[in-house]
Amino acid sequence: MKRAARYIIFYAALFGLWTLLAELKIWPPYLYPTPWGVGEELYNGFHDHTYWIAIRVSMQRVLIGYSISVVLGMILGLGVASSKFLEETMGGLLVSLQSLPSICWWPLALLWFGLSQNAILFVVIMGSLLSVTLAMEDGRKQMPKIFGQAGRNLGAKGFKLFWCVLLPASLPFIVSGLKQGWAFAWRSLITAEMLYMSLGLGQVLMMGRDFSNMSAVIAVMILIIAIGYIVDGIVFKGMERYLQNKWGLTPAT
Amino acid sequence: MSTNVQKFPSQFPIPAGPARDPRFPAQSGSAAGKAGPIPVDRPAPGGASQISKVGLNEICLSYRTQSGERLLALDHINLQVRTGEFVCIVGPSGCGKSTLLHLIAGLHPQTSGQILIDGKPVQGPGTDRIMIFQEHALFPWLNVGQNVEFGMKMKGIAKAEREEKTRYYLKLVHLAKFEKSYIHQLSGGMRQRVAIARALATEPDVLLMDEPFAALDAQTRDLLHDELERIWSQTGRTIIFVTHNVREAIRLGDRVVLLTFRPGRVKSEFPVDLPRPRHLEDPAVARAAGKILRELRDEINRSLEAEYNEGVKPRVRTGVEA
Repeated sequence: MKRAARYIIFYAALFGLWTLLAELKIWPPYLYPTPWGVGEELYNGFHDHTYWIAIRVSMQRVLIGYSISVVLGMILGLGVASSKFLEETMGGLLVSLQSLPSICWWPLALLWFGLSQNAILFVVIMGSLLSVTLAMEDGRKQMPKIFGQAGRNLGAKGFKLFWCVLLPASLPFIVSGLKQGWAFAWRSLITAEMLYMSLGLGQVLMMGRDFSNMSAVIAVMILIIAIGYIVDGIVFKGMERYLQNKWGLTPAT
Repeated sequence: MSTNVQKFPSQFPIPAGPARDPRFPAQSGSAAGKAGPIPVDRPAPGGASQISKVGLNEICLSYRTQSGERLLALDHINLQVRTGEFVCIVGPSGCGKSTLLHLIAGLHPQTSGQILIDGKPVQGPGTDRIMIFQEHALFPWLNVGQNVEFGMKMKGIAKAEREEKTRYYLKLVHLAKFEKSYIHQLSGGMRQRVAIARALATEPDVLLMDEPFAALDAQTRDLLHDELERIWSQTGRTIIFVTHNVREAIRLGDRVVLLTFRPGRVKSEFPVDLPRPRHLEDPAVARAAGKILRELRDEINRSLEAEYNEGVKPRVRTGVEA
């Protein structure tokens, strides 16, 4: 209850400040939108289906891109974790590649795939693949060895060993990496969508700028934050809770 | 969490079930719920079966340390274990006794020598030899029942049969009520009993136990000794039990094998002829332990010396034990 009160006070203050500054009319409204302007924009956007379509298009892309990342990343990460050669060679490359913002792949993606959905997917995958790979590699290494031994001892081998033992055993150690991968995928997607007529949230955001409609820009920003937050809260928090239930209170030990 | 092991008396009626092994007809039902010594049917030494259940012939294991030198961990180990025999291996820490179990389990290859099961060489892991680890080897993402079921699932046994056997073996270790519990909800003693049920459920000929009770408190350990002895006499499995506790070895074993400190060699073997059930506090057990302890003490001294000389790095890890 106290926590809820703190939340309410904080956001009410933030909202009040925003309203106050808007009311003072220091800047013209096309530079500094009012809260109700943004609210109206949100209402209109959903009412004329622009936002629904944008959300659907964006979510579809990020789901496809992120899924590919997770599958590829797990295979890559497992490979790097289990082969000394790969670890020494590719391990360093992966870490150094992580300092590259994923949008730097955009020019390449354009040349390879043209101005298309695939170019965006490529950027999304490049954005999240590395996080997932590194997380998987790390998880596989942190996972107590005894699980693998016990699994093999009980007759698990090959794919069964991976699917029934190694993967679930390393899950608590890779869940934060999966979460980070999701955040990178989402950011990369929005960035890439801003760069051309993509129908997604990123493009709707840029349309706000093109029409000098700051309310629309803020409205879409709020949407982008909200979706990221909701996915994190539902999917990843749910996963963490599930793991905590099964593993006990300290999943990392 | 705090459900206590002490709830369960050690001598329970044997649950009826499918798992009584036809290979061991002498065990059929005779041990059920009787007071007094548990009748244990052992093949006479040098008797009918010439081929031992587990045969270790000239086993050597060496590995490379981080500084690059080769270290001999196990040095020409020879050991023959009869079917249905309970053999305890004792030795100072670092003598390679756990490593030896890993080799028998097929989790790691030996450098030279041969491991034979029923006369056939071991090639990798097999469900005829199941290991029970010191701790933390149960799968926390599965509940108790699913853990017990795991080995059968890997074997591809049909669901109905799996469920029946899971229930049977959980009953055998007195955990029938905990089928749906998660591992972290159980006490240490209960966890090891789940591990025993999980191992037995794959119906292995040989149980390899790697200091399974070392992390438990004394009362729980005593109870599990009773239970293990009961389960052993009911199922007729061959057990190789590694411990650093000499009294525990005498309490449980038909024979105690003493390994030397690095490199591990068989220093001596002690047949234990005391009547069962034995107790850790029995004067006879203490006397027998005294004899072994005197020999073990030299090895422990050597291991302590090595630890002091190695300074910061008290124990060489083989990578197998970790």
